[in-house]
Amino acid sequence: MVRFLSEYRDKDLAQGILKRIEKISKKPANFMEVCGTHTVAISKNGIRHALPENVQLISGPGCPVCVTANVDIDKMLAVLSLPDVIVTTFGDMMKVPGSYSSLSKERAKGADVRVVYSTLDAIEIAKNNPEKKVVFFGVGFETTTPTIAESIIEAKEQNVKNYSILGAHKVVPPAMKALLDLGEVDLHGFLCPGHVSMVIGSKPYEFIARDYHIPCVIAGFEPLDILESIYMLIKQIEDGRSEVEVQYKRAVKPDGNPVAVGVMNQVFEPADADWRGIGVIPGSGLKIRDEYADFDAARLFPDIEVPPTREHKGCRCGDVLRGLIFPYECALFGKVCTPTEPVGPCMVSSEGSCAAYYRYDDRVKA
Amino acid sequence: MKDDRILLAHGSGGAVSHSLISDFFLKIFTDPTLKRLDDSAVLELGSDRVAFTTDSYVVKPLFFPGGDIGRLAVCGTVNDLAMSGAEPRFISVGFVIEEGLEVSELEKILKSMAGACEEAGVPVVTGDTKVVDRGSADQIFINTAGVGYIKDGVDISGSNVKDGDAILLSGSIGDHGVAVMSKREGLAFGTPVISDCAPLNGMVKAVLDSGADVHAFRDPTRGGLASTLNEFAEQSGVAITIDESKVPISEGVLGACEMLGLDPYQVANEGKLVAAVAGKDADRALEAIRANKYGKDARIIGTAKQTDRPKVFVSTAIGTTRILDMLSGEQLPRIC
Repeated sequence: MVRFLSEYRDKDLAQGILKRIEKISKKPANFMEVCGTHTVAISKNGIRHALPENVQLISGPGCPVCVTANVDIDKMLAVLSLPDVIVTTFGDMMKVPGSYSSLSKERAKGADVRVVYSTLDAIEIAKNNPEKKVVFFGVGFETTTPTIAESIIEAKEQNVKNYSILGAHKVVPPAMKALLDLGEVDLHGFLCPGHVSMVIGSKPYEFIARDYHIPCVIAGFEPLDILESIYMLIKQIEDGRSEVEVQYKRAVKPDGNPVAVGVMNQVFEPADADWRGIGVIPGSGLKIRDEYADFDAARLFPDIEVPPTREHKGCRCGDVLRGLIFPYECALFGKVCTPTEPVGPCMVSSEGSCAAYYRYDDRVKA
Repeated sequence: MKDDRILLAHGSGGAVSHSLISDFFLKIFTDPTLKRLDDSAVLELGSDRVAFTTDSYVVKPLFFPGGDIGRLAVCGTVNDLAMSGAEPRFISVGFVIEEGLEVSELEKILKSMAGACEEAGVPVVTGDTKVVDRGSADQIFINTAGVGYIKDGVDISGSNVKDGDAILLSGSIGDHGVAVMSKREGLAFGTPVISDCAPLNGMVKAVLDSGADVHAFRDPTRGGLASTLNEFAEQSGVAITIDESKVPISEGVLGACEMLGLDPYQVANEGKLVAAVAGKDADRALEAIRANKYGKDARIIGTAKQTDRPKVFVSTAIGTTRILDMLSGEQLPRIC
């Protein structure tokens, strides 16, 4: 796989695309990247500063950890406090603060929280600890949800009865619609998420181009992918077109990955979901279907007591996630809120916008 | 300290570890030598200068591709001494062993330590053993301490990096961290990654003997190259710019990091040297490093400049610039 990376990091090609962008770009161009991996890649490669002044890249609600509402984290912590529970999750979730604590802090106090690289590892933990209830805290977009669905199917087939999912799964296109309907940000294009689109394909974005006249380009993650995608968006604007184009052709098919979508639909059905900063968006979440209710932690632990939700004072993660402000415009950024002592999730997660700006972006650091 | 409990992140070698040391330990232990925070304490004994250091090893698993906890415990302390410009002379070993450890495993570890001592030319001269009940430790923890001799005229410190210094790196980065993790997590990559765990005192001696004007050495262990360069920048008040295309990273490490979302600049090494050398002597030092068997891939990766904004910058592969920050939080616990 690595053999095919250097081609997408070629200096001469990159400088060539930048020149072409400079040449054709006349109109204001505010593009939102709706994927945390893009945000990181853009910052890490210094792309924001290489673009002409009329081209702005705005980070959207693309980090699944960041958009997880406090109430969902609080619920997870409440489950964790029950006897005989092992919580498993992906590493990124560990440090994210809920209203009062985080998984990482609870682990230091003695709670059994384990980081896994795959849900199949979580099933193994369940099999090896039959006297415990193993709960996987599932957070993520269409990219990871199929693997979580597969783990439920697997657990059912193998008759693993002590495994369940506490899910805060979300789907991307309804959130893009919600942002457009809010109308708070003057957007001229979307850099659509490559990994999510590998699963769902390009069709679910068509309403954006058609009904909102906003160009969409599904982008890969290497520097040249991103630069080319930005060029394609600018070309659409300058030509007066609004279409869904795929730059990341080597991975994304118009119909996506029907097998993955099938698995996801077999286990999950659409539901409303609460997004940090945006609120409840209809149809933007997924809940476990009744056939798999035995694996739904929300139904297995119906009586958990969740303390009242509390937001962190002064934290503007919500505004960052809506694209209203750049991370460095938050008064806490880089002062009381750093990756070492994070206040909000956008500074905690490795894919969070605030962390990406803090880590890689010199211009915004005092 | 904001936290009321120790978190794994406090042992990461990154920014959180640094805050534990600066905001907590250094408030209670106040010796000026300790406050320099170099790899070893440099002390005067009569008319001689000696380097003194200690380190504990808790790596999991005990055996990993390219090394084991024993070899690591010897190399780590030998390297900490060498990074102060000292010739390592003696080391001590302390074992905390969990009840139930197989004697054959212990024997393998001891023989590996003896092999590393022989290679480095440094004997174990004193030791201690404790056994704790099952569950009170994980198999075996090892502490080593070491003493080395510093020749007249040698003055090496992370706070000595100067304007115009060249920054040298002795080879590829990230190998140790990825090797340990791939073994621990049962991950297999197309190209197997082997830990670089090795004693570097021979390499350090060669650079010093070359006559090059060396200002700082450091081995980029926990926190990786990113931590080492940021420490140099902070301690010396310089800005360091490195060229991304000059930093060697093996295919296996790159692939693993891409897959796991790790930054190879922040992944631990156990047999690499970073040196800050006066610009005019950079080639001479590079030649000396390359002549060593652990330094064949050495490169000049960047330069240091006087500044009032001590930071580390990376010239990226596509011709833009970004900053290189220290690791924040926990990346891979129990890597050494």
